[in-house]
Amino acid sequence: MGVADFAFYAFALCTLIGGLFTVVSKNPVHSVLWLILAFMSSAGLFVLLGAEFVAMLLIIVYVGAVAVLFLFVVMMLDVEFAELRAEMSRYLPLGALIGLVIVAQLGVAFGAWGYSEGFEGRLQHEISNVENTAALGQILYDDYILVFQLSGLILLVAMIGAIVLTLRHRTDIKRQNVLAQMYRDPAKAMELKDVKPGQGL
Amino acid sequence: MVGLEHYLTVAACLFVIGIFGLFLNRKNIIILLMSIELILLSVNINFVAFSAFLNDLVGQVFTLFVLTVAAAEAAIGLAILVCFFRNRGTIDVEDVNMMKG
Repeated sequence: MGVADFAFYAFALCTLIGGLFTVVSKNPVHSVLWLILAFMSSAGLFVLLGAEFVAMLLIIVYVGAVAVLFLFVVMMLDVEFAELRAEMSRYLPLGALIGLVIVAQLGVAFGAWGYSEGFEGRLQHEISNVENTAALGQILYDDYILVFQLSGLILLVAMIGAIVLTLRHRTDIKRQNVLAQMYRDPAKAMELKDVKPGQGL
Repeated sequence: MVGLEHYLTVAACLFVIGIFGLFLNRKNIIILLMSIELILLSVNINFVAFSAFLNDLVGQVFTLFVLTVAAAEAAIGLAILVCFFRNRGTIDVEDVNMMKG
């Protein structure tokens, strides 16, 4: 067994353990940390497959943004998670049953699958000696530019949607009134009094 | 020698774990969202594995798009969750029946 094989088995094991503990661990913060482990080790799998750019993107986007977002929400919401977990054992048999059914289905598909006829002719972009990132960029900006722009649009909509959903205009606090500040006239705001010596105002 | 089947097996196991998590955490919507992320991750592993073993780069391009959609979905889902928590004081999804659907 070479180093690459050993690395594959290590990363695969870490991915599966991370995934499993994400769904079964009692504390949601631990769940997020296990999820981060799953993402990191699958990034390792991607590196083994020669997809370096996707691997780094997985670390930056998933670990750096999505997992941290989850962590923020888990820690910000003051939720009693214990009672949410209390009925977990109730759903365990059903979940295990459906999991088994899906495993069986996937197993059947796994035993029977094969490439369709003439699939070589339908391959579009052969992986060449060009660096992974550069090759991806060429494909993305040449052939998939429209889809690329659309995915940017999806992100924009998601951003606006998240802001609109969570923005709350509180009325019980003092705010800065910019217009009132701009229309303020120093001549009216200040009054000069000539105070005589020895007298008060 | 590690072949395509090994990667497909890992992805299939991760997919099943994600589905299992959906059923196991029926009440906790945060873990539900994390299970969906796991399922999308397994799809990504499939895409990249086929891309590498078929020697075709388009699979990796699709992985990028799946990643984008997953990030957008997580952001919107968590925003809805925060909004819901503000209104109800709980994130129990079993009594989400305000709209009487």
